[in-house]
Amino acid sequence: MTDTVGIVIVSHSSDIAKGTADMVRQMVGSEVKVAFCGGNPDGGLGTSVPLIIDAINAAWSPKGVAVLVDLGGAETNSEMAVEMLEPARRDLVVVCNAPIVEGAVMAATEAAGGSSLAQVKAVAEELSAD
Amino acid sequence: MLDRADGQIFTGNVRLVHAVGMHARPAVKLTKLAKKFQAQISVRVAGAPEWINAKSVAKIMAMRAAHGSTIEIKASGSDAEAAVAALVDLVASDFPDGAG
Repeated sequence: MTDTVGIVIVSHSSDIAKGTADMVRQMVGSEVKVAFCGGNPDGGLGTSVPLIIDAINAAWSPKGVAVLVDLGGAETNSEMAVEMLEPARRDLVVVCNAPIVEGAVMAATEAAGGSSLAQVKAVAEELSAD
Repeated sequence: MLDRADGQIFTGNVRLVHAVGMHARPAVKLTKLAKKFQAQISVRVAGAPEWINAKSVAKIMAMRAAHGSTIEIKASGSDAEAAVAALVDLVASDFPDGAG
């Protein structure tokens, strides 16, 4: 199996993050690496930069990682997590401007076919383009 | 847009037997299978004005094909004949798990 772009799901809620990852695995299959994180380290709602970095590492692929986020802080914390990666890996992670559930399923579907990171991001963002 | 002067176009029709039509899960399976072929592949609900790129999961999900409708498939390119056969089989067999 050739490498496929990895998918990271970042929600304020661990339930939403886990549920979205479950949908991706059931609908798209196991050939795409999916990692998720949700909630802050205290168990409340929120997002955490270290947990996002862990998720990026868990989903890591030489072809890159596409990150799907929900509201505000999930996006800014994901961007911060990307900034904290080593420079060589930074360019291989993108935060997609897409609805979290639909974007994750579509990005993973595209990734499963072996598409590039740019193609995966474009497909996830098709839903927000109109 | 698919027609190439030098490329033969293969077509197929298949009835959508899935109970709730072309919803998300079948759409993902159809798109994943289509992506395994080099051919350019388009689908539409029979008689619809526009053909849809079978490799675009967003567009396939949005086509809203209903249970019992007929899906038209056309493809051009080196493996077009096999692509049409595979997609017809997927739809006719009601998107079995593990397919695509």
